[in-house]
Amino acid sequence: MQSLKKKKHFFADTLIQLEVLNQATQTDNQFPAFTQKLREAHLFPLKSRQLEVFQVNIGKMCNQVCRHCHVDAGPDRKEIMTRETMQYCLDALAQTTIRTVDLTGGAPEMNPDFRWFVTEIRKLGREVIVRCNLTIIVANKKYYDLPEFFKEHQIHVISSLPYFSAARTDAQRGNGVFEDSIKALKMLNAVGYGKPETGLTLDLVYNPSGAFLPGNQLALEAEFKKKLKTGFEVEFNQLFAITNLPISRFLDYLIESKNYEGYMEKLVTAFNPAAATNVMCRNTISISWDGYLYDCDFNQMLNLKVAKTAPQHIREFNESLLKERSIILNQHCYGCTAGAGSSCGGATA
Amino acid sequence: MEKTYYNPEDLKKFSNISEFSPKLAEKFFSYYGEVFAEGELTAREKSLIALAVAHTVQCPYCIDAYTVDTLEKGCTEGQMMEAIHVAAAIRGGSSLVHGVQMMNKVKDIVM
Repeated sequence: MQSLKKKKHFFADTLIQLEVLNQATQTDNQFPAFTQKLREAHLFPLKSRQLEVFQVNIGKMCNQVCRHCHVDAGPDRKEIMTRETMQYCLDALAQTTIRTVDLTGGAPEMNPDFRWFVTEIRKLGREVIVRCNLTIIVANKKYYDLPEFFKEHQIHVISSLPYFSAARTDAQRGNGVFEDSIKALKMLNAVGYGKPETGLTLDLVYNPSGAFLPGNQLALEAEFKKKLKTGFEVEFNQLFAITNLPISRFLDYLIESKNYEGYMEKLVTAFNPAAATNVMCRNTISISWDGYLYDCDFNQMLNLKVAKTAPQHIREFNESLLKERSIILNQHCYGCTAGAGSSCGGATA
Repeated sequence: MEKTYYNPEDLKKFSNISEFSPKLAEKFFSYYGEVFAEGELTAREKSLIALAVAHTVQCPYCIDAYTVDTLEKGCTEGQMMEAIHVAAAIRGGSSLVHGVQMMNKVKDIVM
């Protein structure tokens, strides 16, 4: 499977995605503007709060091509962060007291400067989260020691595992992904990740394999723990339930499977002001592979940069201006405010 | 009037039943919500029971709603089908166990 970009798919143009999200559906159903919903909930304009998470997308290159990927990542994506841009990130971080650096991709480990970057961030005394897709650990001999590397640097590992069965996982993430993910989880467990009293945190991310919303996070966590322990002797810490946002490949899936209208209707109906109050963009700054600044990884993939009142590039990082910015909103934001809410750390309400 | 008895769009209008009788609807929906909350049975277990019952009463709205609900609650396709087999076994069994009544009657009236 190729990325939308490689296929020259019309959704590779983010303006077309935004146009679809903002226009009435074929049955003339015009969803209310997200900004209007926020206004009714007295949350518009949505302002940033204290910056707590410095999320860096260090490249779109990935060993997997998942059907729902909002990054449109894959082996054919060559956009990765240079060491020079990483240095700008480190310089910016050093000016702040932001505690958490969240590294994502693609498969962030495929960036040749990944280990250097992690080591330098840790020297600044910040907590590092790595969004590891699991299969990268077993993809090539040069990655086999990643669990040891993660342990050495006390990395917080967060990994996607959409389901505890091969059929549903592979349908979303590709053939053989479940089996490789279980192998990788066992390797992480073997060095102490997800085990009690090791201090090595291994969290999993669940996202629905289709056009439906995630259920209660705690109930799903209990089910995942039971199934992974009894079926595969795999342990982990927490499960984060994340809603699929209607952008990029998932938007394509929704349109192709004729689920777009029903899914959007569900998101809009499930709008929850409590979830909206706690959306992650309010305490996050998201940096792209080429150093531009965004409110979140989803806005990044839609090419919606931070408000013009704030610096646009990491070279011009200015925490106080960023803290005062209004968040850039659009119709995809309904994905983070539905039901119990959704963020990179799971439910928000 | 619709040309067919069932329209998938009507499922979304379930709460509209309050239009003709608000008090009773309010009582029903409040009861309904409480029935499906986490209790001694988990919300997930209740959803699977609802899916099985939906097939017993053969209500297309309920089948639609509880297929989505069980998926959202993390049920596997296998669990969902097993729940329906429970419904089917009880339906089949309930016919067959009445066979005893038939046999009783036969024995009463046949020499």
